[in-house]
Amino acid sequence: ITTLILAEHESGSIKPQTVSTVVAANHLGESSSVSLLLAGSGSSLQEAASQAASCHPSVSEVLVADSDIFEYPLAEPWAKLIDFVRQQRHYSHILASSSSFGKNILPRVAALLDVSPVTDVVKILGSNEFIRPIYAGNALCRVRYTGAGPCVLTIRTTSFPVTPITESKRATISQIDLSNFKEDSVSRSRYMGQSTQDTERPDLGSARVVITGGRAVKSVENFKMIEKLAEKLGGAVGATRAAVDAGYVPNDLQVGQTGKIVAPELYMAFGVSGAIQHLAGIKDSKVIVAVNKDADAPIFQVADYGLVGDLFEVIPELLEKLQEKK
Amino acid sequence: MKILVAVKRVVDYAVKIRVKPDKTGVDTQNVKMSMNPFCEIALEESLRIKEAGLAKEVVAVSIGPSQCVDTLRTGLAMGADRGIHVQSDSSFLPLTIAKILKSVADVENPGLVFLGKQAIDDDCNQTGQMVAALLGWPQATFASKVVLDKDKKFATVDREVDGGLETLCVDLPAVITTDLRLNQPRYATLPNIMKAKSKPIKKMTLEDLKVEVKSDIEIVEVTEPPKRKSGVIVSSVDELIDKLKNEAHVI
Repeated sequence: ITTLILAEHESGSIKPQTVSTVVAANHLGESSSVSLLLAGSGSSLQEAASQAASCHPSVSEVLVADSDIFEYPLAEPWAKLIDFVRQQRHYSHILASSSSFGKNILPRVAALLDVSPVTDVVKILGSNEFIRPIYAGNALCRVRYTGAGPCVLTIRTTSFPVTPITESKRATISQIDLSNFKEDSVSRSRYMGQSTQDTERPDLGSARVVITGGRAVKSVENFKMIEKLAEKLGGAVGATRAAVDAGYVPNDLQVGQTGKIVAPELYMAFGVSGAIQHLAGIKDSKVIVAVNKDADAPIFQVADYGLVGDLFEVIPELLEKLQEKK
Repeated sequence: MKILVAVKRVVDYAVKIRVKPDKTGVDTQNVKMSMNPFCEIALEESLRIKEAGLAKEVVAVSIGPSQCVDTLRTGLAMGADRGIHVQSDSSFLPLTIAKILKSVADVENPGLVFLGKQAIDDDCNQTGQMVAALLGWPQATFASKVVLDKDKKFATVDREVDGGLETLCVDLPAVITTDLRLNQPRYATLPNIMKAKSKPIKKMTLEDLKVEVKSDIEIVEVTEPPKRKSGVIVSSVDELIDKLKNEAHVI
């Protein structure tokens, strides 16, 4: 088994989702070799490559594609790049995390290779057998890949937590020779920019604590209360689709089937009714706490601890009584 | 310019699904079926582009059994000009669907292909990206805003990505897949539902389109996910804090 993982990196370091994907690759079978592919341009790419080389002991090789073409994560040149790398070295599996990045690029790769990809793998039962959720997680589908080409998977990283790494090992870093790389459609898609919220809080997808507000929070101002509680507990802020649609918070905070999938140790939902598509995104949380005025809200059926009450009274009380998180 | 929109017939989003006892799949007999919500958004956006005078025709295409005609009629009642039904009783993997859509695009020659970012049944989120790859066109997935330039040379698309919003500019022809916040799809009015009955739906087969079906994924079984054990209702904030500290050990 030889696995190529499309790595995600940002400002000189590899993203935790990519390390989870390495963990997943280890489940594919014994004696598997794992190559990480990093593309980008300039010094931050080389910095990330150096860090990637020791991010997990099972990484055997780091491949670096350094070119202005890869300055931004455009699906067209990146999909071609994976195909290009695959033609030179053979891989049985090609993986990426099920992030907006991986989901954008890997199906395009699969179509170029004429293979069917498997999205959102939550369990690996062997080199070609996987479990993935369907119908917003209301059913689990066990699939077997029977194709001859490489098996292309996107990994739901919350299902493959990274355990602390004690062993230190450095993989070799190789620069990919791109002189024969032809990207004809490169100019037909252009990156114009990205708007992100700068925040001190941890990333929603990998936070240990997630505090979520629903429509009942009622306004942008009231959401500050949720943010305060998150800060106190060292957690991230999430929101339901209804809260995002109402404009209380930006879209990237949406938790649920079509938003972020989270699996923190503690998930606290305030004024969240518990729509199916929202529950799909939180089911794997270790402890779920729900606070809602409506005792019949479906969220209480999945909550470990429920409190029937007004969030506008409960949150201030919590803020007052919780000790500052060290 | 012509816009091609793919619409999928799926179990209605409000239906609570049941896994079949023999674990072969999810029960779709006697269950309300509707157009996939993301496909509705794709169709709505196409109609708005046409109404803004930037497209001449909106063509909806659906692939599947004869009941897909109902899904197409819904699309025609919303405002699509005509439908294409690629008839087949088998269910296909996204790769085959993408090949069929590519063949339809080769025949129809649209300037834009719109799809939902995913279907709410298999949740694959693959087809749009694959159609773009097969056509060799640029792609803009997870769109929350689409603006065409007046010469219809390119589209500027805001995409919902994990870190926020990303803006891309893609030359036409291109493939765009839609996210939830792109628009609010309209309801079909009664007169339009009546009008839709006389709009043409062309039937096509896989043979017409010369698409080879590939099945490189087998469904071994479909099961219900493990249920979370039911929790407790606490009566006060103090009790909640106590439980989280001393029982769950999470704070």
